[in-house]
Amino acid sequence: MLDYAVAESEMAEYWYIRPGYEKAVQKHFENQQEPEVSLESLIREKDFNEAGKGSAEVKNVLKRLGVNPEILRRIAVAAYEAEINVAAHSLGGAMLSHIYPDRIHMIFMDNGPGIADIEQAMMPGFSTADEMVRELGFGAGLGLPNIKKNTDALHIVSESGDSTMLEFLVFFNKNGQ
Amino acid sequence: MKLSDIVKILDAEVLTPEVNLDKEVPCAFASDLISDILMCTKEPTLLLTGLTNQQVIRLADMIDIVGIVFVRGKKPPAEVVEMAKERNLPLICTKNTMYRSSGLLFNAGLRSCRI
Ligand SMILES: Nc1ncnc2c1ncn2[C@@H]1O[C@H](COP(=O)(O)OP(=O)(O)OP(=O)(O)O)[C@@H](O)[C@H]1O
Ligand SMILES: [Mg+2]
Repeated sequence: MLDYAVAESEMAEYWYIRPGYEKAVQKHFENQQEPEVSLESLIREKDFNEAGKGSAEVKNVLKRLGVNPEILRRIAVAAYEAEINVAAHSLGGAMLSHIYPDRIHMIFMDNGPGIADIEQAMMPGFSTADEMVRELGFGAGLGLPNIKKNTDALHIVSESGDSTMLEFLVFFNKNGQ
Repeated sequence: MKLSDIVKILDAEVLTPEVNLDKEVPCAFASDLISDILMCTKEPTLLLTGLTNQQVIRLADMIDIVGIVFVRGKKPPAEVVEMAKERNLPLICTKNTMYRSSGLLFNAGLRSCRI
């Protein structure tokens, strides 16, 4: 049915790979290696007392594993921005972190309402944050650009009216060596 | 410059008396936008802000904040002060505006953080 095909095409996808990391990112997705450590936590809609705890937990685990402080800061900032986005803009979801010897893969999934235009959402300054969210200091429209800036690969899949999946990779060594 | 000097310059009130103010403050950043703060803080930094909710403390779990100055007489609720104490994070509160506080500290030689 034609209508169905049109609805299907509303799925939006976004990819960013930091120059120099193409091979390492490809290898990550092809190899399907078992992670050393996996962590999971729930993110509830508009729960700004708890939001950020999941990212702090991941940061603490990585710190104990001895990850370099500058890499640690980049991971913490990207994770926190993604976690807050799920709390602020979606009906709630979960975050999943897979830690490997040389990298972290973080996945954020929510229950909608999705992002209709990801390119637009990626633009610095674009925000649909409501009044309550703005009063807490969010809504600059800088979260997604901040995630991109701090990660080696960023992938977003979303369907307007449906869920959003955001995943990123950060390597602990330059160029993913 | 030490946090104890900053308390004097801003004629500020210390909200966490049990936390040591003898810490060296290398630079500062002032903003009411969380993403802005996360984007611009890459070294140990003093934060000046009007935000008083829990997320301002959670920020300090992600980036290196050496202390928080709440400007224009804003005071965080008790649970936020509690969270700061758990983290050994000094909180101070001044009646000066964000602009005036920043100006006073800048004139006293406290540089802006590298963005
Ligand atoms: N998980 C999500 N579900 C639905 N919409 C989202 C989600 N994440 C982001 N968005 C949309 O993308 C926009 C831009 O996100 P971004 O993180 O860059 O800015 P913001 O969250 O509005 O403000 P800031 O992050 O600076 O506090 C959001 O305002 C929202 O419309
Ligand atoms: Mg955001």
